Amino acid sequence: MTSFFVNGKPVQVDVDPATPLLWVLRDSLEMTGTKFGCGMALCGACTVHLDGKAIRSCVAPLSRAEGKHVTTIEGLSTNLTHPLQRAWIELDVPQCGYCQSGQIMSAAVLLAENPKPTDKDIDEAMGGNICRCGTYPRIRRAIHRAAQLAGEGRTR
Amino acid sequence: MSASAVVGRREFIRTGAAIGGGLLVSLHAPLAGRTSDAVAAGEKDFALNAFVRIGTDESVTVISAHSEMGQGIYTSLPMLLNEELQADWMKIRVEAAPVDKVYNHPAFGMQITGGSTTSPAEWERYRKMGAVARTMLVEAAARQWNVEASSCHVDEGVVIHGATGRRATYGSLANAAAQLTAPADVPLKDAKAFTLIGKPTRRLDTPSKTNGTAQFGLDVSVPGMLTAVVARPPVFGGKVAKFDASETLKVPGVKAVKEVPSGVAVIAERFWPAKIGRDKLTVDWDLGPNAALSTEQMLRDFTEMAKNPGTIAKKTGDPEAALKTAAKTITAEYDVPYLAHAMMEPLNCVVDLRADGCEIWTGTQFETVDRANAANAAGLPPEKVQIHTTLLGGGFGRRANPASDFVVEAVHVAKAAKAPVKVVWTREDDLKGGWYRPMWHDRFVAGLDASGNPVAWTHTIVGQSIMQGTLFEAYGIKDGVDSASVEGAADLLYGIPNLQVDLHTPKIGVPVQWWRSVGHSHTGFSVEAFLDEVAHAGGKDPYELRRTLLANQPRIRAVLELAAQKANWGAKLPAGVGRGIATHFSFDSYVAQVVEASVEKNGAVRVHRVVCAVDCGTVINPDTVRAQMEGGIIFGLTAALKTEITLKDGRVQQDNFHDYQMLRIFESPEIEVHIVPSSENPTGVGEPGVPPVAPALANAIFAVTGKRIRRLPIRASDLAHEGAKS
Repeated sequence: MTSFFVNGKPVQVDVDPATPLLWVLRDSLEMTGTKFGCGMALCGACTVHLDGKAIRSCVAPLSRAEGKHVTTIEGLSTNLTHPLQRAWIELDVPQCGYCQSGQIMSAAVLLAENPKPTDKDIDEAMGGNICRCGTYPRIRRAIHRAAQLAGEGRTR
Repeated sequence: MSASAVVGRREFIRTGAAIGGGLLVSLHAPLAGRTSDAVAAGEKDFALNAFVRIGTDESVTVISAHSEMGQGIYTSLPMLLNEELQADWMKIRVEAAPVDKVYNHPAFGMQITGGSTTSPAEWERYRKMGAVARTMLVEAAARQWNVEASSCHVDEGVVIHGATGRRATYGSLANAAAQLTAPADVPLKDAKAFTLIGKPTRRLDTPSKTNGTAQFGLDVSVPGMLTAVVARPPVFGGKVAKFDASETLKVPGVKAVKEVPSGVAVIAERFWPAKIGRDKLTVDWDLGPNAALSTEQMLRDFTEMAKNPGTIAKKTGDPEAALKTAAKTITAEYDVPYLAHAMMEPLNCVVDLRADGCEIWTGTQFETVDRANAANAAGLPPEKVQIHTTLLGGGFGRRANPASDFVVEAVHVAKAAKAPVKVVWTREDDLKGGWYRPMWHDRFVAGLDASGNPVAWTHTIVGQSIMQGTLFEAYGIKDGVDSASVEGAADLLYGIPNLQVDLHTPKIGVPVQWWRSVGHSHTGFSVEAFLDEVAHAGGKDPYELRRTLLANQPRIRAVLELAAQKANWGAKLPAGVGRGIATHFSFDSYVAQVVEASVEKNGAVRVHRVVCAVDCGTVINPDTVRAQMEGGIIFGLTAALKTEITLKDGRVQQDNFHDYQMLRIFESPEIEVHIVPSSENPTGVGEPGVPPVAPALANAIFAVTGKRIRRLPIRASDLAHEGAKS
């Protein structure tokens, strides 16, 4: 039995602790917002936060989450109010949308660590997330926009 | 997705009256999260026709006959419908159509999303459906009020009788309107009166794609469902000789291991045990006739074939004679590899097969074909098979498979599992699974007159046919020429008086398929890169030569001029940066692109900026057109710089994104899109952005290095040590 927290709620899961966290989230906890893209930490579609750090859940064994806090796209906000979600909607970033959970979760860690990222900072932080639809130009703009929205939130 | 919602959808098909609204949950989830409060609206919805339902709660559900794979159709079709319906845009929801002939593509006669044709094909129908519904709602109000319908008008979901000030909402009228006979014909608004079409409109599906609630095929779960992965032969056309599942069956969670026509299915409670179980499986394969296939050998064979003309696809004037008398001739050969679609969502399919019917949940572009193929595999009549189309995590053509490979296989696995089952393809399965963009070889000879103008042009194309052996063969192959093999070449718009395009169609055991922009994905590159060679051979500016040759083609000439102007064609660039231009007509749209790029000492290419001009007729949602051009450019750059599928000893040599690399954000250029205003009917936007970018990049690399790029992907090793020309 592995015990950890998902989006603030305690969960207990009884599967092989070697199972990647991705599949625990998707198949055992039925939280399908986190996506399977490659299974080798190459595409970033499965990005979640483990104690506030971005990890690729497709290669992180469940055992690594024991006692820790996992945040998924479902936990980013309850009502689309996170600055990244607002910026993503404002700029209509997604096309097919499949990679966007991972994109947003990577961007959330970037903004938490660096409230005013440059293009170069964005390129470095987001380099592990593939988008086959080619939404990169909008992702870049939306991260800048989210930084601005978050800044407005802080000064209000 | 609940079972009751599913029953509701079947009910809808049978009676024409809508009951379940369940799919709303997956497509446009309430903001709070995954759990649905949208379902509640279901029982009170009224279908005014097959394309729109109005709820007593004022909800408006547009039924999409086409799949949403990122191209924005779940917003564009509602825009068309609501231009006439004039409901409150904020109340609009979208639901995927079930499989039914009423939803057939108006031009193709089957339910399909592809060929960049949805907006052009639905331009009238969805507006008409909106107008019909509005007319019925107005009529219902007029009858209630005992007034003439013509004395009423509508405003954002409300019917208003101006003289008396009476008002009734669409929701309050829906029940009465649904009892009326639909008008036989309705006039449509003049374009000048459009209030929605042509205005930048936020996508309806974006919220669900930013909070994890958007439901793709891989996210579907049905009661009692098992998950399977399939071990498929390492060589195309191979078969299972024998297998040993003893170690697999020891994996906790593995329920069964069964042979299916496509390989050996490992069926488990969840994905991970299925995957671990497959890793432990031993299969002896009968490799079949393709075990010696090699793309290196194919390249040599194609090159040899191209030395002689193939089947004539197009001939004007007398190219042979014109080449003989030309002041100068130039020859060049171009190569592009097999390419996988590599959608971010790997292929998958859920099947619930029962004695009396079969239900399928998957992201597909090809409902009618999939249903026929699934019915055949299930041993059921097609009307007993229902397909629930989910959102597609990318399509690019792969999810319109003529053999319905990923659907048919899942039906076989469900049959073997004797339970509902989800078949999941891993990334490796997806990349190695075939149905690639064909490998192509193009050989050109051009003849120039004494002033450097091209007067003769021959183009020999070698590559597999996509249509051959499919139900599209009769439609797509004429006189031995697959139109998809020569599109973008045989319909060349440049005014060259003596022209020949011919085709060799080798039969090779690698399954091939349409891949975003299809034949244009190779002809766009080869034709536009070779034209650049022709321009330089004749001492002409590549942009000016194109302008001259397009003198009688005003629409493409206009996009060419617009792109050149916006990119400051001819203006000085920083040292080490080159500029290249290309233009291409595809899917009835005109696109021109200018690329600025540089080459590092180690041969690495950096793309700095792409300026794109497009004429796609009347624009429905300008932001969608921009998004599709941006996406098409990134897709085309990935093919230009990164990807190839190669075979050795019959085996695909690429596994995953480490050796089939996608362009990433740090390689993504600045992109500007300029749209030419037009009142012509809408034309394609999903694909036309792809073809011009590879040649524009190749031409930019020539401009800065003097080195011609004649094969894709562009290799750093081909450009290393070149540095900048000046």
